[in-house]
Amino acid sequence: MKNWIKSGEPWIWTTAGAVALSLVMVYAVVWLTAAQGLTHFWPKPVVETVFTGNDGQAVRLLGEVPDKEEVSLLRLREAGYKIDTQDKFTYRYLFKLGNRDITGTDFKWFPAPMLDKFTYPQDVLAIERREWGNFYGHLKQVKEDGKVVAEGAQAWPELLKRMERSNALFREILYIEKVEIGKLNYALEKLRLQERKLELQNRLTDAARADIQKQREPLEANFLKLQEKIERLRHDIGRDSLSAEIMDGRIIDVPLAKVADAIMPNAMSVWEKIGHYVRKFWEFTTDDPREANTEGGIFPAIFGTVMMVLLMSVMVTPLGIMAAVYMREYAKQGPMIRMIRISVNNLAGVPSIVYGVFGLGFFVYFLGGNIDHLFFPEALPAPTFGSPGILWASLTLALLTLPVVIVATEEGLSRVPRTIREGSLALGATKAETLWRTVLPIASPAMMTGLILAVARAAGEVAPLMLVGVVKLAPSLPLDGNFPFLHLERKFMHLGFHIYDVGFQSPNVEAARPLVYATALLLVIIIVVLNLFAIRLRNRLRERMRGLEGV
Amino acid sequence: MSEAGPNTHAINIGDLGRTQREDTDEVAIRVENLDLYYGETQALKRVNMNLPKNRVTAFIGPSGCGKSTLLRCFNRMNDLVDICRVEGKILMDGKNIYDRDVNVALLRRRVGMVFQKPNPFPKSIYENVAYGLRIMGVNNRSTLDEAVEKALRGAALWNEVKDRLDQNGLSLSGGQQQRLVIARAIALEPDVLLLDEPASALDPISTAKIEELVNEMKDKYTIIIVTHNMQQAARVSDYTAFMYMGELIEFGRTNDLFLKPTVKQTEDYITGRFG
Repeated sequence: MKNWIKSGEPWIWTTAGAVALSLVMVYAVVWLTAAQGLTHFWPKPVVETVFTGNDGQAVRLLGEVPDKEEVSLLRLREAGYKIDTQDKFTYRYLFKLGNRDITGTDFKWFPAPMLDKFTYPQDVLAIERREWGNFYGHLKQVKEDGKVVAEGAQAWPELLKRMERSNALFREILYIEKVEIGKLNYALEKLRLQERKLELQNRLTDAARADIQKQREPLEANFLKLQEKIERLRHDIGRDSLSAEIMDGRIIDVPLAKVADAIMPNAMSVWEKIGHYVRKFWEFTTDDPREANTEGGIFPAIFGTVMMVLLMSVMVTPLGIMAAVYMREYAKQGPMIRMIRISVNNLAGVPSIVYGVFGLGFFVYFLGGNIDHLFFPEALPAPTFGSPGILWASLTLALLTLPVVIVATEEGLSRVPRTIREGSLALGATKAETLWRTVLPIASPAMMTGLILAVARAAGEVAPLMLVGVVKLAPSLPLDGNFPFLHLERKFMHLGFHIYDVGFQSPNVEAARPLVYATALLLVIIIVVLNLFAIRLRNRLRERMRGLEGV
Repeated sequence: MSEAGPNTHAINIGDLGRTQREDTDEVAIRVENLDLYYGETQALKRVNMNLPKNRVTAFIGPSGCGKSTLLRCFNRMNDLVDICRVEGKILMDGKNIYDRDVNVALLRRRVGMVFQKPNPFPKSIYENVAYGLRIMGVNNRSTLDEAVEKALRGAALWNEVKDRLDQNGLSLSGGQQQRLVIARAIALEPDVLLLDEPASALDPISTAKIEELVNEMKDKYTIIIVTHNMQQAARVSDYTAFMYMGELIEFGRTNDLFLKPTVKQTEDYITGRFG
């Protein structure tokens, strides 16, 4: 035994074990999020069964079964279920019954012994609605203006045809509301601010007022026209409806305007399911969220995350590199610079929420407030830069990641061989020329390393963002078609915050849980993609330095 | 003591014409009473010497004798060392290069340097050679092309690399890298070329090539070479300076110094009795 310890073998096993453990945990994280998040979009079969209650009354159940768990009968009996068996354990099933607006309960557990056999009827319709979550029922009829146009077997193809129409109309309405009216509102708001500005400067003459009015009139006329158009489209889209028998036997009318998607999951072939899956996943990444973020897509959050990280990179990279160059190349190395270096390193250890508080106090209230007073007095009291926004969020994160970039760049600069610097100087280059033409290019892979670490840190940060710019639902993206296109003062959505919001702040946590995992997975993917991009760039830079010692 | 010793050979400074006697060469660099200190330590003591133009001068001596330090005085590379202090004069064309109004960058263009280890930049072969010219502000493509070719030919590297000028300079072999660095230096058409043990990191074949190159180049440049290889000094140089403990012990024509050294220390060193 003693010899075995002496041989160093246990040491090898311990260290290898540590590696294995880390690896297992990383895989577990990825696997868990992927398994939970990716399966969400797969169409699940809809189960029909009968539940017999304590009083012997039978209730028909219709819904998905997302979960099943072992439970002790004792516990079930304590909960009031009368179950007549000798077993100690049994199962209970979680039913997603949908029809939240009609029955009031979406999710419910049922003990297995009180359920009848599960059947999977082919004609069950699963509808993803624009409001109130899912709907399950047996499709009966398709109606136009209240009159039945198709029934029974013909109902489903007719429904698909009409859904295409209603979805096209819906997209048109959405486009007018979001883009065209958005544009008009933006222009009108600009005119209002212009008027207010002139008024503040005491230059609002009658001529100016008339001029603004003249510009406003066509916009307002246009606005009315668009509203009329929307009215008309709303009427059009309200034409068709379907009726279906829900689990308690009632026949419910569902207007097609409220149907985002309808499938017959029990009748779908594998290929149809794959097609549905791909479509749903695509919608998830490209659509706006609905229903307090518990449904629909997460595109604004993806966009906000990526844009914030890019803005942060643009800010932190030059600043960090310049600071590092001064500290390593120009400053006299002594106790002073050592102290500065220690302070910078310690900045990396400050909790991120502290940066959030600083960002709110300094950037938002102080800087933003003063900018508003100086440049946007016409908008006051409504703040422009004086409220949280993507600019301040990026700046706060730039501050947070600055030490990482400085440390990495300094490291890279210190590794540039002295012989290379001397070679450049000996050719008559000045110190600055040597720095620009030789030293900085050689240190560029190290700078990229700094940036990679900064991006990894910034993309995953949530706490400070909640104070300086992230919101649950942002009405518009920070980048759009309205001049000047980039709106740095706007609030934005972020995947990290979205996870928290969907998972823990939403009205329907149970329904939203798979989305938490899907969002988390997407956040991981985005960070990985951003990193891979930066790593590729670094490797290309490194390739050029191959053969150079110490780099 | 150093006042008396060093310049054993009469070099006619005044005679600028080319009609000199056999042992009279034009002077390129004149060192007058040069002292150099690293902090408190004196690294060079009262060095006086006249370096002949378009000749190869070798500095020999044991490690730490100050030969590299002296070499680095000629293009003021020692300026980079914070604690280094220089007293005395180094005259080039009658101008002390340690004068306040001397532009160090311009000086270094006139005095090229090649280091012990090849140090090409991580750029293409072409850009390595064009580096100095680009620093000078030359960006005209045809001018650069011409200068690069000329310099590479001058460094006997052209035939080996002419088809891959855009390849990374670091991809060359050690000997080629060293010739690339020489090409980089002569692209600026300097007057003086300082070689700091240029072959010490190379294999014998590459070393032979460098020595051959030094021989070819001496028509155009004043070459000063530091080496601790006495055979090399004997092979390539016209003049040799023997240094010891920061002092110039003996300086003269290579043949004379190796065959009939006048100072005992020199004789001991070249016969291998110490060092």
